[in-house]
Amino acid sequence: MYDIIVVGAGPAGMTAAIYARRAARSVLVLEAVNYGGQILNTPDIENYPVEAHISGYDFSTKVYEQAKDLGAEFVFEKVVEIRSEEDKKTVITPKNTYTAKAVILATGSENRKLGLDDEDRLVGRGVSYCATCDGNFYRNKVVAVVGGGNTALEDALYLSDLAKQVYLIHRRDSFRGEETNAARLKEKENVEIIYNANVTKLISEKRLKAIEVTDKLNGNVRTIELNGLFIAVGRIPENRNFADLIKLDDAGYVIAGEDCHTNIDGIFVAGDNRTKMLRQLVTATGDGAVAATEAVKYINNK
Amino acid sequence: MTIVEVNKDNFEDEVLKSDIPVLADFNAEWCGPCRSMKPMLEEMAKTNPGYKIVSIDIDAEDELAEDYDVSSIPCLVAFRDGEEVNRSVGLISRDAIAELMEG
Repeated sequence: MYDIIVVGAGPAGMTAAIYARRAARSVLVLEAVNYGGQILNTPDIENYPVEAHISGYDFSTKVYEQAKDLGAEFVFEKVVEIRSEEDKKTVITPKNTYTAKAVILATGSENRKLGLDDEDRLVGRGVSYCATCDGNFYRNKVVAVVGGGNTALEDALYLSDLAKQVYLIHRRDSFRGEETNAARLKEKENVEIIYNANVTKLISEKRLKAIEVTDKLNGNVRTIELNGLFIAVGRIPENRNFADLIKLDDAGYVIAGEDCHTNIDGIFVAGDNRTKMLRQLVTATGDGAVAATEAVKYINNK
Repeated sequence: MTIVEVNKDNFEDEVLKSDIPVLADFNAEWCGPCRSMKPMLEEMAKTNPGYKIVSIDIDAEDELAEDYDVSSIPCLVAFRDGEEVNRSVGLISRDAIAELMEG
């Protein structure tokens, strides 16, 4: 049995592993594919103290090596279920079953999809969830961004410097994102903002060729021929596999305060999958430290 | 084997005319998930002599990326007898990479 199992090897989970190892607790970190998490997609981190510029890959590799050197074990298997008993937690993957005295959930979040037919098949064939990752493929081409938050506005601005034409499709009549971004977009000659509209169909052969956009007010359908569609409609926390055990809010986040305690004794939460004000790299690592410290305290008090 | 760097000049010889199946890794230096997958691919190239793994830098080889409809990376394309037989986009596990070559 391990002292602590950490579910998720992003910045929150790996920081938790560092703190737990420094408290001399045995630690297993379980992650579905590879360490890093969402920050891997960031080419240049500019708001984390100590280094003015570091890539998400370099950042996460350093944290990974730090945790490993301190003695944390990493196994790449996806956690599908967690069971809680009085004196042990059981963590189940398709390949193995592990037990620990305490568990830290640091599963992060994933891109929210539009839920349209063929959306999955067209990822990498015209559909993308990351403008800074894939924008370069659309130089002088026609693209659309769907969404109304800051990410959508930033994506549209970024793409407007590369693409020939950018459509921004938003389901409301005003933006939730920063005013300055919205104002800058409105000045761009190659950006057309379509308000009160939803993308209702993806039209494709081998790759995406066009989209259908439906006006929410009058029901009119407009077909837009394009090369790429960037979907920026938010993220969803990866807590579904624990929903039977752990209390989640309506949006699917684990309900927990700054102490990172969940409704179950001995199960803690850290990072983007927790209810919180600000989801940033620095708050994720902060959560990791708190959750690990609380987990160690829980074990010591037993 | 090690990973073979491929460009538009040697693509035909290294990939299309290869005697053994080929896994083509379309990637870029700035792409975090691509770098994350690289050590896995390097290890597979060493331990799996049944197929060849090649790397294509999409910034230098934008024509190849366009020819093969690559618009998101990491993109792994499995070739057999010069034909694409499988493809995946995004960071995937070692097992999933192996499955691409079996399918």
